[in-house]
Amino acid sequence: MSVKDETRRPAPPASPASPAAAPAPAAASPAASRFAAALAHPLFRPLAALAALLLIDFFLIPGFFHLEIKDGHLYGSLVDIVNRAAPLMLAAIGMTLVIATRGIDISVGAVVALSGTVAAMLVGGTMVINNGVPEYVAQTPMALALLAAMGAALLCGLWNGALVAGLGLQPIVATLILMVAGRGLAQLLTDGQIVTVYYQPYFFLGSGYLLGLPFALFVVAAVFAVTSLLMRRTALGLFIQSVGINPVAARLAGIRTAALIVFVYVFSAACAGMAGLMISSNVKSADANNAGLLLELDAILAVTLGGTSLAGGKFSLVGSLIGALIIQTLTYTIYSLGVPPEVNMVVKSVVVFLVCISQSDQFKQLWKRRAA
Amino acid sequence: MSAVLRGVRALPALPSFTSLVTVVLLAAMLLIGGVFYEGFLSLQVMLNLLIDNAFLLVIAIGMGFVILSGGIDLSVGAVLALATMISAWLLQVAHWPPLAVIATVLLLGALFGGGMGLIIHLFRLQPFIVTLAGMFLARGLCYLISIESITIEDPLFVAMSQTQVPFLGGFLSPGAIIALLMLALAVWLAHFSAFGRAVYAIGGNEQSAAMMGLDVGRTKVLVYAFSGFCAALAGVLFSFYMLSGYGLHAQGAELDAIAAVVIGGTLLTGGYGYVAGALSGVLVLGTIQTLIAFDGTLSSWWTKIVIGALLFVFCVVQRVMSFRLKR
Repeated sequence: MSVKDETRRPAPPASPASPAAAPAPAAASPAASRFAAALAHPLFRPLAALAALLLIDFFLIPGFFHLEIKDGHLYGSLVDIVNRAAPLMLAAIGMTLVIATRGIDISVGAVVALSGTVAAMLVGGTMVINNGVPEYVAQTPMALALLAAMGAALLCGLWNGALVAGLGLQPIVATLILMVAGRGLAQLLTDGQIVTVYYQPYFFLGSGYLLGLPFALFVVAAVFAVTSLLMRRTALGLFIQSVGINPVAARLAGIRTAALIVFVYVFSAACAGMAGLMISSNVKSADANNAGLLLELDAILAVTLGGTSLAGGKFSLVGSLIGALIIQTLTYTIYSLGVPPEVNMVVKSVVVFLVCISQSDQFKQLWKRRAA
Repeated sequence: MSAVLRGVRALPALPSFTSLVTVVLLAAMLLIGGVFYEGFLSLQVMLNLLIDNAFLLVIAIGMGFVILSGGIDLSVGAVLALATMISAWLLQVAHWPPLAVIATVLLLGALFGGGMGLIIHLFRLQPFIVTLAGMFLARGLCYLISIESITIEDPLFVAMSQTQVPFLGGFLSPGAIIALLMLALAVWLAHFSAFGRAVYAIGGNEQSAAMMGLDVGRTKVLVYAFSGFCAALAGVLFSFYMLSGYGLHAQGAELDAIAAVVIGGTLLTGGYGYVAGALSGVLVLGTIQTLIAFDGTLSSWWTKIVIGALLFVFCVVQRVMSFRLKR
């Protein structure tokens, strides 16, 4: 996995991204300095948090790491966590790029509701008796329905991008408009009803298995691979960072800032659209009112937990995935420990406070002063 | 004639232009309602707008201050719910006297907001993420108290929900009057006090404000404390209105409050606008709802779409205006 590669790679010494949390030991033996470098790596905190959570689970939940193969499918808590985190991971990948340009997209939940609704309505599924055998048939060919749903999501992204890049609105306001109106549109489409789907092949996306693993994981892996290739192997990642650090300087340097900004919002909406398809396929219905509710906030949380600064400029896609896993593991832990689910939000908020405070420069300075 | 034309052309440059647009829009909406629906323009319908949206007005006032200072407070809806929950629990389970309950809840709200302000200032964190965590915390605390809704039977609260205060030939609820008093206090705070001037200065440019010798940190903490106080007061008004405490109360109210502030003509970048705009913003949102209710054939989700469209229009107007200001 690339996760491990990232941790082993020593952080560049002069990089402003590496926090100076660990004081360098006076007599720096190679092993100690490598240890210090690992401590200073941006992914150290999120990974440590995830590891701590998994350790707690190991001691408190019997059989947490137990994996078994049933009917050719891999089962176990870990698979369950990763599977359930899939929509959040998708949304977080999209959100990472938006935040890297110093933006924010709070319309993710509305786009999830909209794309799920469009797909569910078009697929629908009616029962036909064929030679005495009941059979469910899609109203529209499924590929077409999926394309339409993604098209709707892309339009949402274009709208957000146009408002931010074209009109120059503040990202939070620009996406607030869709956040308020998007669910209204989805409800308008469905007349406020929950749309149920009765078409077997559609369920594959959210709950199907491929090679023994949940299909959703392959979608996330593919999106992640394509995104990181685009960011690492092309100049796109660099351009996005430069827009986040200083949009005016980036524009003066000849980067087409507006097109880039439109791209990240369209990309984020596309990720949200896929998450919406996944969610509606998983619950076999589309609920315009509740699908993806607060997902944008969880996605922002995942990105923040992953070490990406909300101030833009630097980002870590792997970090966001780890952040999403932290959130899902936390939820799983809380549920399986028998703690009432109500506590979930309190714990989540305390974690956000702690992580945000520990990432702030002010806190690091305090720490350094204490250590000196 | 040319003088009138020149006057019209200079209009968008006026500092009160967006607020003016809102008032004109409000009047137009009311007029349309009056033409199409019988009984729409009666005094009591107008007063009901205030009664039904008193809580929204109060949180929009707090939000107005936060936005003027260049921040944002996403926790207000959750703090409102928490306030209804704590009031209900203290009244029904702990049997506290109602006035002590109200005082406690208001104090807790201010402390909650102030705490968030302190974190925002001390650690230089984004208000967005801190108040987001505050929102999770407050909603979570609601469910820790109870997942069920708690009915309030306290005589004072029941009296507050049923009293009709005569007003200009119609009637208002005590909650609406408290909201109006709060608005008066907020206008005084914003435009006639040192605190208000500091808020505007910080929203305009935090660094210059600090260089002028304003206590940026204290003002920021106070702004969020005020917003928390407003949210808690809105919670008290909401529990007068609903006579229950529930963790799901006022879900999404923070967005309605932000929408009201924007529609009321306050720039989201801070430092520019009027606190009183919150009233016109809230009234516009309320009128949309009333229009849809009077029509009867439109579904309620049209409300959201119209609010979204209005937000869009106002953002565009603000943009155009800020272009003109720069020239």
